[in-house]
Amino acid sequence: MSTVLLVSQLLNGLQLGLVLFLVAAGLTLVFGVMDFINLAHGVQYMLGAYLVAMCVGFTGHFGLGLLLGLIGALVLGIVLEWLVFRHLTRRDHLEQVLGTFGVILVVTEGVRMIFGTAPLAMPMPVALSGSVTLFPGLNYPVWRLVIIAVGLAVAGLLWFLVHRTRLGMLVRAGSTHPGIVSALGVNIDRLFLFVFAFGAMLAGLAGAMAGPLVSVEPTMGDNVLIIAFVVVVIGGIGSIKGAFVGALAVGLVDTLGRAFAVDLLRLVMDRSAAATAGPALSSMLIYVLMALVLGLRPSGLFGPKKA
Amino acid sequence: MFSVRTGLLAALSLALCSALALAEPVKVGFVATLSGPSAPLGVHMRNGFQLAVKELGGQLGGQPTEVIVVDDELKPDVAVSKVKGLLDRDKVDVIAGVVFSNVMMAISKPVFENETVLISGNAGPSPLAGKGCSPYFFAASYQNDQVHEIMGKYAQDQGFKRVVLMTPNYQAGKDAMAGFKRHFKGEVAEEILTPLGQLDFSAEIAKIQAANPDALFTFMPGGMGVNLVKQYAQAGLTTKIPFLSSFTIDETTLPATQEASIGMLSGANWAPNIDTPENKAFVAAFEKEYGIVPSLYAAQGYDAAKMIDGALKATGGKVSDKAAFRKALASAPFKSVRGDFSIGKNGFPLQDFYVVKPVKRADGKYETVTVSKVFDNMTDAYAAECPLK
Amino acid sequence: MARMSRLRSPGAIALLVTLGFLAALAVAYVQDSTYWMATLARMAALALSAVSLSFLVGQAGLVSFGHAAPVGIGAYAVLIAGEFGVREVMIVLPLAFAAAALFSALTGAIALRTRGVYFIMITLAFAQMAFYVAASLSAFGGDDGMAIAGRSTFLGERILRRDHGLALLAIGLLGVGLFVLGRVTASKFGLVLRAARDNETRVRALGLATYGHRLAALALAGGVAGLSGALLANQAEFVSPSYMNWHVSGQAIVMVALGGAGHLVGGVIGAVAVTLLDEAIGHYTEYWKLGLGLVVVGAALLRGRGLLRRIVGGQHD
Repeated sequence: MSTVLLVSQLLNGLQLGLVLFLVAAGLTLVFGVMDFINLAHGVQYMLGAYLVAMCVGFTGHFGLGLLLGLIGALVLGIVLEWLVFRHLTRRDHLEQVLGTFGVILVVTEGVRMIFGTAPLAMPMPVALSGSVTLFPGLNYPVWRLVIIAVGLAVAGLLWFLVHRTRLGMLVRAGSTHPGIVSALGVNIDRLFLFVFAFGAMLAGLAGAMAGPLVSVEPTMGDNVLIIAFVVVVIGGIGSIKGAFVGALAVGLVDTLGRAFAVDLLRLVMDRSAAATAGPALSSMLIYVLMALVLGLRPSGLFGPKKA
Repeated sequence: MFSVRTGLLAALSLALCSALALAEPVKVGFVATLSGPSAPLGVHMRNGFQLAVKELGGQLGGQPTEVIVVDDELKPDVAVSKVKGLLDRDKVDVIAGVVFSNVMMAISKPVFENETVLISGNAGPSPLAGKGCSPYFFAASYQNDQVHEIMGKYAQDQGFKRVVLMTPNYQAGKDAMAGFKRHFKGEVAEEILTPLGQLDFSAEIAKIQAANPDALFTFMPGGMGVNLVKQYAQAGLTTKIPFLSSFTIDETTLPATQEASIGMLSGANWAPNIDTPENKAFVAAFEKEYGIVPSLYAAQGYDAAKMIDGALKATGGKVSDKAAFRKALASAPFKSVRGDFSIGKNGFPLQDFYVVKPVKRADGKYETVTVSKVFDNMTDAYAAECPLK
Repeated sequence: MARMSRLRSPGAIALLVTLGFLAALAVAYVQDSTYWMATLARMAALALSAVSLSFLVGQAGLVSFGHAAPVGIGAYAVLIAGEFGVREVMIVLPLAFAAAALFSALTGAIALRTRGVYFIMITLAFAQMAFYVAASLSAFGGDDGMAIAGRSTFLGERILRRDHGLALLAIGLLGVGLFVLGRVTASKFGLVLRAARDNETRVRALGLATYGHRLAALALAGGVAGLSGALLANQAEFVSPSYMNWHVSGQAIVMVALGGAGHLVGGVIGAVAVTLLDEAIGHYTEYWKLGLGLVVVGAALLRGRGLLRRIVGGQHD
């Protein structure tokens, strides 16, 4: 295996991890602040991609369209929170799963009725659509580098917000001692609305960033949702740091698994068996990782130590 | 929205027509994948079928016709349940449609046991073409392997020496590799199988780049194909390593991939520019009705309806005489939009196959056009094994 | 109230549900509607799975988001046994039960170390693993799945070949499942589960092993789900990894929550409601999931522990 291949696979893993981080960040905060399990978070990712694709097509300008689309995602997040989610926050997990699962069905079908089932084209700036030579022998798509940059920037911003601002302090406190925070006169509901809408926007940003790479269609959020849950749980619910570490771990394990599982299996079995077992093993790896982490640390890597 | 509403209206008006006619209508159960990432294929096929029925005045073979559309959700067990409903509750005369081979294999058993005719609008799995062929099965489409064979033959003719094959890790994917290798005699540098429904192909693209073959052959239906095409183009590989594909670049994915697909090749049994009067009329009518460019799935759905229509005309509109109906179907009594089209002894068609490439039209929409004809009036590799006469 | 509580005894409820299904089957039989007989068989099988999940969720407080896995394992037991020429119900059903119970116990041993959302997600993770394992079984159809060799036989007789035979078996198993799980719920074992659900520390302080009780509950529910899978495999005569899709787990939760997790019979109500909704809306529009989604969101918003509580009106935990 050459160094070039290894480096490009590491970059791929990093890029996938950062997209997952954008999705998982909102999910873990909403979990943490309100102990709220939101299955409909994948829908926000899908809506983000649709909104941005639509706005870019409408304005003919990528940056402007992205901005408008993200504002749209934020507004939709607020609307959904107001219509559905705020009424579910104090229920048990079962009702939350029920309600948010229903939202997945409604929104997915709604998008299918409005836009049809055909995947949408996601316009992107021409300057970012090609590939660039990082060092001899390694051509890398510019857009994936953009995703890495955006992901790292958002991670930095979130770290600042959570650890250096009053709001972040409330979010952190809310995730560990919700009773005390509300007893201190903080409006937990408004905090939830803010965190929720912000999380929805981040998921929308993730969808918009992934849009030029993947097929923009009504069920695109399904798989991402499940993987984002894996990320959140590995990292520990409510922890931004955990989501970041978990996302990179999942992104790298998944990518490296796909890249090298077959070659590794060939060492112990014959060629065709390895070619078949490899993909099965690599799609299972992140779940194995999650079971391992939870088996050893039942509250995830950085989760609060409450039972 | 437009296509959906007109589709519903068409179905409604069909139902109304049949009720008014007071005759016992011909009932067609139409099975298609209409939800999930692969839904566009099913939508195209269904639209093609319904367009033909509409053009025939809501009739097939001069009989008022009711088309009952069900969504198989690409889940074989769900499909079996719904097909049993079509057979037992709705008492349909014909089952048509079916995009995916695994769904076809699952439903074929109950349909054949019920001695009902099954007309494929797309799926053409090898077991139904060879030893397991059935007198109740007819394909308005192709046998799966054939489309992969086109690219294998093309790669051979182009003198490519080393290729990488990449398909999803399931039966159809492995069949695709086998079909490609039937006519390709060069070296297969690597066979990459990917999990079904994979989103990100970066790891595989890096591998392909490292292997640096003369060409890539891939079969990535539906959303996977969209992802791969976009990511392959962004990696700047299109001009370096020719992209040969089957069921990856067509009018169901072109609206999403657009510019990224230019320069890539695909195998097909149909393209909008095939020069027959039937095809010209079909493409124009389809675009007018649904506002989108038809794909080969749409063309096959359209032909499936025309095939039933022709056979019913031959039997005087009677479906009850199943032997006569089957005999009529076997003679392919209609003019296919594809031109050459006849039915072999295993129920699969003999037809021409082409290499196609995507182009941008003057109106900004994308479509495929034929590059060259690879096989002429070709029969499938399994027909010889079919014990039917 | 006394009459009410007698009506709620496990035996009476199991009997009522069984009789209700039998009456529907009789109507379908007289009408000679094989479709409805097949649908009733499917409905009863789904209800059995929902009842077992309801037992976990409502009684033990274990919200499993991986219930599709034991169901799918039961289905694969039928497929794999059939490939080896074993089609006898008296062998296949215990096999399906044992395989699914074993899976639930093994994964449960790890999953039970976690709580709350972590438990929900780790059960999902194990179900996804089961899904990918099934998808990689190329000898048994891989991702595509494959048709079973034929429906199971009962003491060598092919009485399940006809849909009413299969429906009778499914309804019988549903009745037995409701009765047994109901008795377990009413027993001391069930009491410990509920007490642990409400206040684990106190139960532990009493010297009771909550871990063991929960593990046993997971295995039992998993086994019953396996039976449901065996029935579904016989009904569709086809088995594929899509049985274990996470959407199926989600739908099982929807059934339980819709019918009300407070009582086992809520699972039956939820399963019947979802199947009928599918039938009723699905026949008219391809967008039936929109209707289902609206009902589900509405049900979640309109409080209450589901339909049952509003129909019966009382508290029952």
